[in-house]
Parts: sequence; structure tokens; C-alpha cells
Amino acid sequence: MKARAFSYFRARTIDEALAAHAGAGDEARFIAGGQSLVPALALRLQAPTILIDINHVDELRGIRREGDRLRIGALTRHREMLTEPLIAEFAPLLRAAAPFVAHPAIRNRGTLGGSVALADPASEFPAMVLALDAEIEIAGPSGRRIVKADEFFIDLFETALAPGELLVAIRVPLFRSNQRIAFDELARRRGDYALVGCGMIATFDQHRIADIRIALFSVGNLPMRAISTEAALVGSRLDAERIAAAQTALGQDLAPAESDDVPAAMRMHLARVLLGRVLGRLGEAA
Amino acid sequence: MSGAPVELDDVDDAVRVRMVVNGRKVACDVAPRDTLVDVLRGPLELTGTHAGCEMGACGACLVQLDGCAVHACLMFAVQADGARIDTIEGLSASGVIADLQAEFHRRNALQCGFCTPGMLMTAHELLSQVARPGREAIRDALSGNFCRCTGYEAIVDSIAAVAEARAAKAAEGSSR
Amino acid sequence: MTAPLTSLDRPNSYIGRSVPRPNAKRLLAGRGRYVTDLRLPRMLHAAFLRSPHAHARIISIDVDAARAQPGVHLVASGADLAMICTPWTGTLDHFKGMISEPQLPLPIDRAVWAGQAVVAVVAESRAIAEDALERITVDYEELPAVVDLDAARAPHAPLVNPAASSNICFRTQLDSGGVDEAFAAAAHVVEEEFGFGRHTPVTLEPRAIVADYEPDSGVLTVHHATQTPYQFQDLYSRHYGIPEARVRVIAPDIGGSFGMKLHVYHEDMAVVGLSILLGRPVKYVADRIESFVSDIHARDHHVRARMAVDADGKILAMDVVDVTAIGAFSTYPRTSVVEGNQVIRLIGAPYGFKSYRAALEVVFQNKVQTSQYRAVGHPIACAVTERMVDLAAERVGLDPLVMRANNVIADDAYPAASPTGYKFEALSHEACLRRLRAIMNYDSLRDEQAALRRRGVHRGIGIATFVEITNPSPAFYGVGGARISSQDGATISLTPSGEVRCAISVTEQGQGTEAIVSQIVAEQLGIAQEHVKVLTGDTEVTPHGGATWACRGAGIGGETALQAARQLKANILEIAALILQEQPAALDIVDGQVVSRSTQQPRLAVAEIARISYFRSDTLPPGTQAQLTVSHHFAPQGYPFAFTNGVQGCYLEVDVDTGFIKLLKHYVVEDCGRIINPMLVDEQLRGGVVQGLGAALFEECRYGETGQLLNGSLADYLVPMAMEMPDIVIDHVETPTADTILGAKGCGEAGTAAASACVLNAVNDALTPFGASINAIPITPARVLKALNRY
Repeated sequence: MKARAFSYFRARTIDEALAAHAGAGDEARFIAGGQSLVPALALRLQAPTILIDINHVDELRGIRREGDRLRIGALTRHREMLTEPLIAEFAPLLRAAAPFVAHPAIRNRGTLGGSVALADPASEFPAMVLALDAEIEIAGPSGRRIVKADEFFIDLFETALAPGELLVAIRVPLFRSNQRIAFDELARRRGDYALVGCGMIATFDQHRIADIRIALFSVGNLPMRAISTEAALVGSRLDAERIAAAQTALGQDLAPAESDDVPAAMRMHLARVLLGRVLGRLGEAA
Repeated sequence: MSGAPVELDDVDDAVRVRMVVNGRKVACDVAPRDTLVDVLRGPLELTGTHAGCEMGACGACLVQLDGCAVHACLMFAVQADGARIDTIEGLSASGVIADLQAEFHRRNALQCGFCTPGMLMTAHELLSQVARPGREAIRDALSGNFCRCTGYEAIVDSIAAVAEARAAKAAEGSSR
Repeated sequence: MTAPLTSLDRPNSYIGRSVPRPNAKRLLAGRGRYVTDLRLPRMLHAAFLRSPHAHARIISIDVDAARAQPGVHLVASGADLAMICTPWTGTLDHFKGMISEPQLPLPIDRAVWAGQAVVAVVAESRAIAEDALERITVDYEELPAVVDLDAARAPHAPLVNPAASSNICFRTQLDSGGVDEAFAAAAHVVEEEFGFGRHTPVTLEPRAIVADYEPDSGVLTVHHATQTPYQFQDLYSRHYGIPEARVRVIAPDIGGSFGMKLHVYHEDMAVVGLSILLGRPVKYVADRIESFVSDIHARDHHVRARMAVDADGKILAMDVVDVTAIGAFSTYPRTSVVEGNQVIRLIGAPYGFKSYRAALEVVFQNKVQTSQYRAVGHPIACAVTERMVDLAAERVGLDPLVMRANNVIADDAYPAASPTGYKFEALSHEACLRRLRAIMNYDSLRDEQAALRRRGVHRGIGIATFVEITNPSPAFYGVGGARISSQDGATISLTPSGEVRCAISVTEQGQGTEAIVSQIVAEQLGIAQEHVKVLTGDTEVTPHGGATWACRGAGIGGETALQAARQLKANILEIAALILQEQPAALDIVDGQVVSRSTQQPRLAVAEIARISYFRSDTLPPGTQAQLTVSHHFAPQGYPFAFTNGVQGCYLEVDVDTGFIKLLKHYVVEDCGRIINPMLVDEQLRGGVVQGLGAALFEECRYGETGQLLNGSLADYLVPMAMEMPDIVIDHVETPTADTILGAKGCGEAGTAAASACVLNAVNDALTPFGASINAIPITPARVLKALNRY
């Protein structure tokens, strides 16, 4: 399990990183936390000729308020989701998901930007970024652009990031006092990829749901929003009947594939059970 | 865009890496593809850090990178250029985990010892963040450290006992 | 219970004390010395190209590009190694009729499992060797593969070994007689079919070997992460034609073994050959991906069982069929049929019924070999027996603990025999069941379970009694022709400064072998434990012995040390008697001093005897030759095995909506005979239990239709981790064996033996209100939900 040979470049600025990538073409890879990339290299599943290390690009760090959004630098480590007060205050869904992401040492090194850019359909953060209606800030050879999370995830490990583009930051709407979040997942062991996971953020008008965004992971080729389910909830109180209706509606949102150890019907069942539990928790948070 | 030329190293050419390992400056030549764990264990002869899975699933290779526990199998040594690395040998020599080591010994919280340096890294970090973690929190912190021998209970007991002892000592210190 | 060998309040009374392991401190400081750590001058690194196919003919191998790569020293295929290594066959004579193909380090014309090593590369570094693997082209013709147990037995199934007439490796049966009559007369008959998944040991340190052949002296030194260095000394000598005295095998610190590190692996054998071909040290460490496809696997059984009971719940008879698939070969030198053989012989072992019939069929398939892994056969025999007992108890309307108490062989009925003919010296099932009831607080646990069930919380209580085989005599392997020793040897010396060195053939993998040997030696000699140095794991240092497997470290190794220490003590006292003008029998040794036996008054330091004997022998009476080194061997001679017993309890909660299971608490009452170090025994039990819990809930090698392992990484193969494991309450009953002075038996496999059975029973107990039942392990959420018809 040793990687194929490659050369290494440590970028200090976004421009340096982009230029290095442009110079090397398709054979280059950016490395951030590397917690998924390094095993892929060790297994020779990927074999770039050059690795461009962006861990020392200061522009990719930092969490700050920008208008009505919280801008979270791509290099923000998973652990900071647990420790940074700004995250707890303005992006509590990320805070709620963070303890479920792998294990402490992985969280010390793994980055939010890396996780979202990889777009592993079983990962927590890509799905929560989707639930949060985040904007993804991208830098590329032709300049900066913003992509909405709803348009960012395209297919299995495929995103709106073009080759040579770098994810710079995630911008999430600031959490408001009339909002509530809930998150949970079903994983065989602590820190494993979940059989199914679900996070949501709802805006309440008195006791009625004015707006809700629900995202699930480990249910398909990409993190999935449950749009029919959301529609079934908007305008209603979160009672047992409404939760049951949402669980039914989930059938229109998901079509999990068969896998060798989790039959599709079982995953659908688990998704419904989990949805019900997380909605129940959302109700309790009132 | 900056027009500055970018210097790229040739594939597999040695790169000089300078780190502060266990408090001492070291320099060594590595290939970019050499992982930190392989460089620590090989040229730096710090074999207390172990390679169990080379994919971040077992925790045997944990070291401290600038004070945080990380998997030495999940980064390349070149990435550690300029960093401070502390391994089990360093933590052991400095005495910062002496109480954990003594409690692990007293309660036999190890058998083959292959997972032990990683367990101590995790325990050390946990206790530096949470003064008196409960058993559930200890087990949670250890969730990425695989031990095939002990059944974990003695490890959890040892960490809990050290947490209590440290808290008692701190209370004693503050009451004086 | 019998009294300890010596009173615990006497100086140097170590037997029975929880003494920390002296050798653990350096492991805690990161100063372990494992084979994976070893670097020798001019050492090269091996890597292997593996078959992508489960079954394929090797048409051609093109290694030119790999050979031409800078940094590559050797590329070797099967034919190259076959020229210097003789083949081996994994059969034993006492398994009548068993077959297995001859094996070579690397195959010549056919690959028989996906992941089998086919070509070896030796290079300056492991990374360069892996680069070279990418430049090798092997032309394969895919052959039909047998990947499933049932498929292997189907008529006209493809043949794993084309030279054989079927895929059957071995068949045997047991029949005590009277089975059909017992079933005909029974008030109740319960039946079940069981499935046991394949799993694999997953030692944290993978297999590792450094072979170092010196062509000039013809000496082969192998640094080998193995439990059994003497066995490998013999094998390397015989298969490579090197005189035994010129083969040295060193087993330093080992990062876990559990039975996995005593089999012959093709890569290990190849590495020895590669070193011989190159005349340089060659290192090979299996990476984790390679471990999953080349370490032995275990289990993989289908069992059908019936049990007959009378109207009062007395067990009358059992009738079982076990079918197990072992891979493409039987392993060498222990074979792959031992597990099945132990399954059918251990079923029913705790119970006093007489009529038993069993059939065993062992079949080949195109997967990596299965073989002996911790608690060989026990978990399957225990799960089958204990589930059947629960089914019968339910049918009769008896509480599971009562059902067991009514049926186990009574503690006062020994010596006794199992329904399958095992001879038991003395077991303690009744006492263990009583203790378990107490430590579980069984009745209130049942009350709690009932109360929670009314609130929709589904908890289960599972009980499993077990018998464990330990300390096998030559009847186990020796009679079958295997050169596997059932004896051990120790060389024990008084050093010139009055300390003691004991070199012994049992080996250490962290279970505490060296600690208990030093406890025994120190106590027997009457010196402080810190003055005893124990040496293990080097064929050049200790006498030949069986080493550590089948829980023989304490029972056989401990007795070897005890007897050797007693001889040395007698020799020391003989010299002391000459110096002191006393009879040896009037003297004793306490705390490093020769004392008067009657008054306990110190007369002479042991160190002084050593000084005089080594440096001033001229002051001893003429004709005196002090014998301060003793070599001693011990082989078990009484019962063919030292059986142990115990009972486990499990308390868990099933989430009936998700199928997830939360282990709440686990309980063990165990009787391993004389306990030398209670802390180490408890560690063995807890570690063993957790391996059993892993098997019960998580671990399974899953294969696809073409015979590819689907979950062969540590991210995908689920081992038990800290968060999911319960605290484990342990208690002991102590019934020493009278076959030895020490009285110790073994405890390494007891935890694993019954843990999965316990969980199986507890899950079924929890599912009782739903009329759902589980009959296969691992008990995954998919299986639970399926049983509950939730999807």
C-alpha cells in the first residue's frame, strides 16, 4: 500500500495553487486534509503526478460573518465545527453533525472544504451544506464564482467544480431565532459511514413550519434533499400525523440502490425511521 | 492571477524536510510519496508509532502534529515540513503521560502493545480537552483506536482513573 | 476450591496475585520491538502480485519490464521457487480419508483464490517493489469458481482441485447409538438451521517476516511474527533442505496472533526462498489489504441440529450435521478440518445426555484458507448447543437458567464423559451457574426486562454455558504425523549474582506468558520476581517446545517452569546443605535466603551460594559439582486435554425499528483451574469476549458472486471498537487439575467460545414478543429487520 511516485508543491496563495494546477493539467490533485485522498493514493486508485498542498494557504482559513451569511473557509478543520463559537451560534447544524464525522484524529485534520469538494454521498457535511442552502465559493483559472449547494452536487463524486478549480469557502445563511435544527444518523459503529443519515433546518412561524430543508446522506449517489417531504411539512404543525405523512412522502424523494449488504428496501425503511426520529427531535427542540 | 513561475519537483526526487520531532530539530531527505509514518519509523527510527492499516481506520499511527493527534499514515512527510511532531517516544521522555502509562501498566490495559502508543495519544488529547470525561465519552474518544487484545475495558478504566487523579490533584492545588 | 499452593501472605507468593507484567512498561513507552520495526543491513523488501480471479489458469507471466526497473533485485514466480522449496500438503493421518492438494510458495499453473500471491518482486523499498508489480503482465484464463458452500457440494459443481473427484476434503461422523430411539420417545423435538459467517483474526500487527540467509555459512535466520518459532524452524529446515541446527527462528514482540500466526503462509515461505536466492535479508510485511485476502479466515459453517427432550425438559439426544467450507487448500501443518472436528465433538459438551449423532463435511471452495483461530470450533458448537437448549426450554416452559441447571453434568459426577466421548476430569457447571445468577442479579434483570417490554423497550437476556479445550496432548496433532510438539522445555539458571534466568519455549504475544512464568519461578525458588528474567521466542536460546496455542502457556508452560524451578531449588539446597553442614531437607529458600525449614531463620544468601559455586568452587567439598543450570521438559500425560468450563450472560437492547443492537452488559463466570494472575486471566476473558461479540454482531468476510472479497479493508470489515462494547463483569470458580502440580488449565479461548452464543440467545429473547427468530451470525440490522418483516 504505497502511493505511486508524484511530485509535491506547497502553495502559499490561492493563485499559486491554481497556477500549479494549470501547469500540470489533469494529472494534478489538490490536497487539503487528505483524510480520503491519501488512502486512495496508497491504494493506487488515484495516481496524480503532482500533489498541490493547500494546507498553508491562509486565504482558505477563517470563519467570519459576511452580511447575512457565515463564511467558513475551506480549510476549516472538522474539529473546529465543535469548538468555534461562531459555528455554534450561526451554523448549529454543522455543530450537530460534527461529532458523527469519523473519529477525533480524523476531525483534527479533515477539512470542510475537502469533504464538500469530494462529495462523498455517505458523508455528513456535504449533505448538511445542502440542507443549509449554502453557497459554495469557487476560485478557478478564470476567476471566482459562487454555486448554490442545490446545483453543486451532480453525481457520484462529481460536483460543479471543474478540473483545476478550488473550493474556497462555504457560506451559510446565519441561523435565526425562529429556526431549529436536528440531526442524526444510523451507523453500525461510532464514526463509521452511516447506513443512512439525516439533518434538517426549519423556520417556524409560531408552531407551524414556515420553511424546512431536509437533506439525507448514504441514500444514493449524492447527498439528497427530500423535497416532497419538505413540501408535506410546510405550513403544518409537527405532530405525529404530519410526521407519518412526511415519512410516506419520503418515498417520492429517495430511490436507494441495492448494495451487497444493505437491500434497497431496508435502506428506505431506515431512512423513514430516521426521518421520523429526527423530525420528532425537531419538534422537541421547540 | 500571479504570473510567478512555479517550481515543481521531479517525481520521486528526494525533498529535504525539516521538522521539530520530539523537541529536536531534524532534517531528512524523503520522497514526496513517503508517508509521515514511514519516515518516522524508517529514517527517524521512531518505531513506537505503528502502521496498522495505512488508511486511518485503526489509530496505531497517531502522532501529534503541532499539538493535535493525527494519523501519520494519512499525510506525507513533505507536508510536515516546518511542523512540530511528537511521537510516543517524545511524550514518554517528557513525562507528560507518565501517569497514563503507569495506570495502563497497573491495570494491564494492554496486551500485545501494538495499539498502545495510539491509545495513549488519544487519551492524552482527550484529557487535555475534557477534565473528567465519563466512560461513554472515553469510549467515544477511543472510537478510532482498534485494539484486538484487551476488550477495551481496562483502557477505559485507566483513562477514567487518571482523569480522576488529575482532577483531585488540581483541586488540591487550587485549595492551597 | 482448593487452597492455593502457598499462602499469599508469605514472601515471594506470586501465584494467585495480580502482578503487573514486567515486560509491559517498554511497550507503553513505544519501545516494543516488532518484526515490522526491524531493519537489517542490506535488507530488501518483497511485494506480491496477486490473482484478481478466484480461479484461473496461469497462461503466461511476463516479468521483463519489472526486472528492468531500477531498484528491482529479483522477480520470482512459482517455478523459480519450486526449484528450491519442496511442496507441502495440509493433511494429517488421523483424519482418515482427508485430501488436499500439494502447495508451493507461489502457484505454477493455477490460481485458486482471488488474492493468492502469484509473482514476487524484491526491491530496494516496498514502494519500488509495488511499482514493479504494475509492470508485470500475467495472462490468465478464467476458470469456473466455487464461491459458495452449497455450490461446492452441488452435483456437477466445478472442481476446486481438478485432480479430485469432488470438492469434499473430509467427512466424518459420530454416533453413540440410540439417537433415533431417543427422538422417537421424546416429548419435544426442536430443530434449527444455523449459519456462521466467515471471519478473520485481524491482528493489529499484520503478518511480518524478515528472512536472512547467509550463503557463506549456510545459516538461515528468520525474524518471524509467529506464535510457534520451533515449528517454523523445523519447516524451513525440511522444505528448504537446510540442517535444523542452521535454522534459527526469532519471534520478538508480536502484535497479536490469536492462532492466525502459526500457519504456513505462501508469502512467508516464499520470502525465505527469496532470501536464499539473493543471499540478502528480505522483509515482507502484509499490508492490511493483503491481510484480508491472505491471512487465514475461520468459521463459515452451516449447521442443522435437532434436540430431543422429555416432558420435564431433560435433554435426551442431539443430532447434528455440520458443513464447512475451508478454501482451496487445507492449511499446513495443522489442517483446516480441526475446526469442524471440534464443532461436532464439542456440541452438547456441558450436558449429561447420552445419545448423540453428528456428521461433518468439509468442502473446498475458491477462497482463502480457513483454519485455527481463537476458540477453534467452540463458538459454533456453543451457539448451536445453547440455542437448542433455549428453544427446548421455551418449548417445555422452563427458564433458561433452570433448564441449564437441570441438564448440566453435576459437579459431583466427575470424572465424566461428554456425549461425544470427551473425558472430563472435573468441571463446575453447577457452581458457575449459581455464580452467574448472583452476579447478573438475574431475577431483577428479568423483572426489569418485563417492565421495559411493556413500555416498548425490547431487551434480551442470553445465557450460554461452555466447555473449552485446553492443553492438548500428542493425541491432538502428534498422532496425525504433524511435527507439532505438545511438550515444552525450559532452561533455568542461577546467575553468578544470585538471580535467575529462565529460557522457556512457550512464547509471549502480550497475554502475559513471561509474567506468569516469572511468578511461578520466583515463588517456587523463593526469590523476588524482579530477580527472574524470562526469555522466550528464539529457537537458539530456549529448548524446543510447542510454544503458545490452544491455551497451553499456563497449563503446560507453567508446569514446565514449575518443575524446572523445583529441580534448580533442589540443586541449590544441595550445595547449601554442603556449605552449612545440614541435610537439604532441613533447608528452604525464602526471599533470596536459604533458611532453616523449621525456624525460618536465614542461614545463607542464595547469592552467596552462586558466588561460591561459580568463583570459589575450590572451597566446596571435593567431588562437588554445582548444577546451577537445569533443563527440563514437560508433556501432559494424564487426560488428553485439560477441559475448562464456564458460563456467560448477556444483556442487550434491540431497536426493533432499526435492527440495531446495543450491548448493555456482559457477564462471565469461568473456571480455568489454578489462577496464576487474576488480572491477566480477566484480560484474556474480556479480550476473548469482545472477539466473540465482534463475531456476533459485526464481523463477516462478504464475497461477491465471482469470489471477490467485498469488504477487505479495515474501513469495511467491522471489528469491535470501544464505543460499541459493554463493560464485562467477571467471576471465577477454581477447580485445579490434578494432572499437574500447578493445577492451571487455560483461559484464552473461553471468552470467545460463548460470547456469540450468548448474544444470539439474548437477541432471540428480546424478539420473543414478535415471534421472530434469528439463526445466523453476525446478527446484522438487515437480519434483525428481515426477521421482523420490517422491509
